[in-house]
Amino acid sequence: MATLQTRATARFMMSPAVILLFLWMIVPLVMTLYFSFLRYNLLMPGTEEFIGFLNYQYFLTDPAFFTALKNTLVLVGGTLLITVIGGVLLALVLDQPFFGQGIVRLLVIAPFFVMPTVSALVWKNMLMHPVNGLFAWIARTFGLQPIDWFAEVPMFSIILIVAWQWLPFATLILLTALQSLDGEQIEAAEMDGAGALSRFFYLVLPHMSRAITVVILIQTIFLLSVFAEILVTTNGGPGIQTTNITYLIYAQALLQFDVGGASAGGIVAVILANIVAFFLIRLIGKNLER
Amino acid sequence: MGSITLQKVSKSFGTTSVIPEIDLEINDGEFVVFVGPSGCGKSTLLRMIAGLEDLSGGRIVIDGKDMSNEAPAKRGLSMVFQSYALYPHMSVYGNIAFPLKMDGQDKTAIDKKVKDAAHILNLTNYLDRRPGQLSGGQRQRVAIGRAIVRQPKAFLFDEPLSNLDAALRGNMRLEISDLHHQLKTTMIYVTHDQVEAMTMADKIVVLNAGRIEQVGSPLDLYRSPRNVFVAGFIGSPRMNLIEGQEAAKQSAVTLGVRPEHMRISKTEGTWKGIVGVTEHLGSDTFIHVQVDGVGKITVRTDGDFSTEFGQQVYLTPEPARLHRFDADGQAI
Repeated sequence: MATLQTRATARFMMSPAVILLFLWMIVPLVMTLYFSFLRYNLLMPGTEEFIGFLNYQYFLTDPAFFTALKNTLVLVGGTLLITVIGGVLLALVLDQPFFGQGIVRLLVIAPFFVMPTVSALVWKNMLMHPVNGLFAWIARTFGLQPIDWFAEVPMFSIILIVAWQWLPFATLILLTALQSLDGEQIEAAEMDGAGALSRFFYLVLPHMSRAITVVILIQTIFLLSVFAEILVTTNGGPGIQTTNITYLIYAQALLQFDVGGASAGGIVAVILANIVAFFLIRLIGKNLER
Repeated sequence: MGSITLQKVSKSFGTTSVIPEIDLEINDGEFVVFVGPSGCGKSTLLRMIAGLEDLSGGRIVIDGKDMSNEAPAKRGLSMVFQSYALYPHMSVYGNIAFPLKMDGQDKTAIDKKVKDAAHILNLTNYLDRRPGQLSGGQRQRVAIGRAIVRQPKAFLFDEPLSNLDAALRGNMRLEISDLHHQLKTTMIYVTHDQVEAMTMADKIVVLNAGRIEQVGSPLDLYRSPRNVFVAGFIGSPRMNLIEGQEAAKQSAVTLGVRPEHMRISKTEGTWKGIVGVTEHLGSDTFIHVQVDGVGKITVRTDGDFSTEFGQQVYLTPEPARLHRFDADGQAI
């Protein structure tokens, strides 16, 4: 181990980076905290004054807040469900040797490189559009009434779009996990008389559990703050059916120009994210320790 | 019970033929060792018997039934893999119980069989552990335990000892031989180590480039190798293979003398040479001698024989123990 002296030197050498990172984190956080205790509305400049917890009181008692909270959880949960199950199945398929494997893998990974606004626009105008969309065309081909996705099932539509973007990520991580599975273990199970399903549940799934944990953790972090897809497609509507916490804060700050209230919402979101992270890590952190 | 017959079995990957046609008879209860240099197709042959590789031609008959196209689990064989292939997230108990569970046996029967197997293999105290918490030798025993609970017609071992250190390898060799005497089940064992082959086998099958070079008991192969390859492969240290004038004197193209059949003397003998490296093993001494007109010769002599580097010595091959080979490498 390092001596006392080298340890002190190491700390000294690391300090610029650590201090920079710390400032990067703490300055916006403290500013948000500060704003959240002010009456700060862009429509009424010059009237900023300290109002204590009033902003929090308004934000937390807003009925839209609970809807947004529920929407956030539904969005995260639904997307996780689709991406994890779909990711496992896709990884299983892509792990098989077949002609054109490289190109197919590239195609599967491609959605991840499309930025959220663009993919949401593509889905909105080319796929889910009730008149011009591909889905509408398919429905009409079979003589069915086309679905107006964003009006009839707005949350499900958003979940579909977000899941489409995150499915490649899940697939990629799960595929690498699958490829690290020892082929001899599978052969041993084959000789032990395990069928394909038993092999999947007794060997493949336990082997992938750690990767699944990683996928859930990382995706949850990013999915709590989904924004672009909602802004581009439904604008949080109809009503507030697709408003999540992030979009609610955006509406507070840039549609109602209430910076103080939005800051309070931001702090609430940070606290909520931490609560979720705490439970997630408690719940599945055990998986990572093994 | 557990007789296995290979009839004209062949294997090719695409256009490259790995195993040309092979015929082999393995009797019930026999301990058969496939031995050969790496890449000779011995593991492929074993995997074909197990059903993990498809046959390109021929038939595999187990107990009189054609099993060429049966699934691995239906053949009634058990395999111990080189990497042990234990299931890492199951306990030792879970690993050994797995084949029985897949077979759909009831819990009490499984419990009894697992405990019996653990008792035979000295694993009783480790049943709750995970494979990651075991030593190499213990993992090996778990793999064997998983193989024996099914009471298979035959065991297949794919270089099971190559991941163990030398001392443990010696122990496990004895344990596997012991197990064979206890269970009296057919065993097929693949190795590249001719010491393992010699010490454990009832019957050795020497393979080279997918062909069977010779089949026989260890001492058969040692005493009368059919060709140069077998002669050079079986026995340690390697047989001295001499070509040229000295071989021609015995009317052979290649002359083989084992190091232990070479007498060494400081005063008189047939061949004169200079001592090179000497390896003292305590019980034996291996002396590498540079003989004029013959080449490098290894001699095995007793541990008390002392020589120095560069010393002049005389060698005499025992005439009765000479092996003579013709131009095709076949024994004369």
